[in-house]
Amino acid sequence: MLLPLFQALENSAIGAAIRDSLWLFPVVEAFHLIGLAVIGGAILVVDFRLLGLGLRGHPVSRLARDLQPWVIGSLIVMVLTGVPLFLSEAIKCYYSFAFWTKMTALLLAILFTFTVRRSVSFAPDGRFSAASSRAVGVTSIALWSTVGWGGRWIGFS
Amino acid sequence: MSIREGVAWLASTEWSIALHESQYAYAVIESIHVWALCLFVGFVVLLDLRLVGAIFRDVPISHMARRLLPWTKAGFAVMVVSGILLFYAIPLRTYLNIFFRMKAVLLILAGLNAFVFHQGIYATLSDRDVDVSPPRPARIAGMCSLVLWAAIVFSGRMIAYNWFDCGKPQPALISTLAGCTAADIDPYR
Repeated sequence: MLLPLFQALENSAIGAAIRDSLWLFPVVEAFHLIGLAVIGGAILVVDFRLLGLGLRGHPVSRLARDLQPWVIGSLIVMVLTGVPLFLSEAIKCYYSFAFWTKMTALLLAILFTFTVRRSVSFAPDGRFSAASSRAVGVTSIALWSTVGWGGRWIGFS
Repeated sequence: MSIREGVAWLASTEWSIALHESQYAYAVIESIHVWALCLFVGFVVLLDLRLVGAIFRDVPISHMARRLLPWTKAGFAVMVVSGILLFYAIPLRTYLNIFFRMKAVLLILAGLNAFVFHQGIYATLSDRDVDVSPPRPARIAGMCSLVLWAAIVFSGRMIAYNWFDCGKPQPALISTLAGCTAADIDPYR
């Protein structure tokens, strides 16, 4: 059912332009990777803090609120670079287990980050137990790591 | 023995060939390299953003350094070990790759920048590192670091592509910088 859609996406002007260019895919991919470093740091430092590691002594809420624009900004960069990469090889992605793993994890990661993780990390210290903070940190790291690994493995398939 | 001969010897070792031919080991090591990139470059970016005054303005720079640098160093160690293994899997082709050489130069520059910051600029921060924009040298060091690490990630990703491999049609300057010999450029000459 989805295959015709993916075929149409692969044949889109942007997809074709990237396929026809020798250097466009690598360059867009490199910016995708730079965005990954930014979102990785912005997510991990708050998750670490939820686990009681890293920037201890500073309220989680202050760190999380300060980084929120960076998380959203780098997520936008990731989408703006990721979508063209996808369009250039949509049919390959359709048949790629890594791609579907990544997309599922990405959906869950975004939902989790902007609901549960947001409430817990924006709350004043002590509002949630240390155990639930840790659970949120672990879940976030696991979800986002799956997104990253899945993404890297699209290239290996 | 020249560097090139050493690299060629490395490529002939059993483990290098095994890594090169393995179905999953190379991909797993590269995935680890990318995951550690999030930790290492991600935390470097946070420290740099603090230095330029963009985030965490009420967190003293000394706290950032004390509490994040151990993790940053751990991430760097994983980057180095996985990076060496990636080189070890494809030694000669990587050694003769213009982007690899670019990345090596940029890494040295980033190292110098970090050295200058930690040896000199950092000591001047202690009394004025809270809630104010850091002094100009610290902001410049942060800016340089951000630009350098972005360029390092960029050139690292480009190593995988073979446009400038020895033997591809390209300007003589690139062949020279990549260390290609006449025999590399045209084996049938």
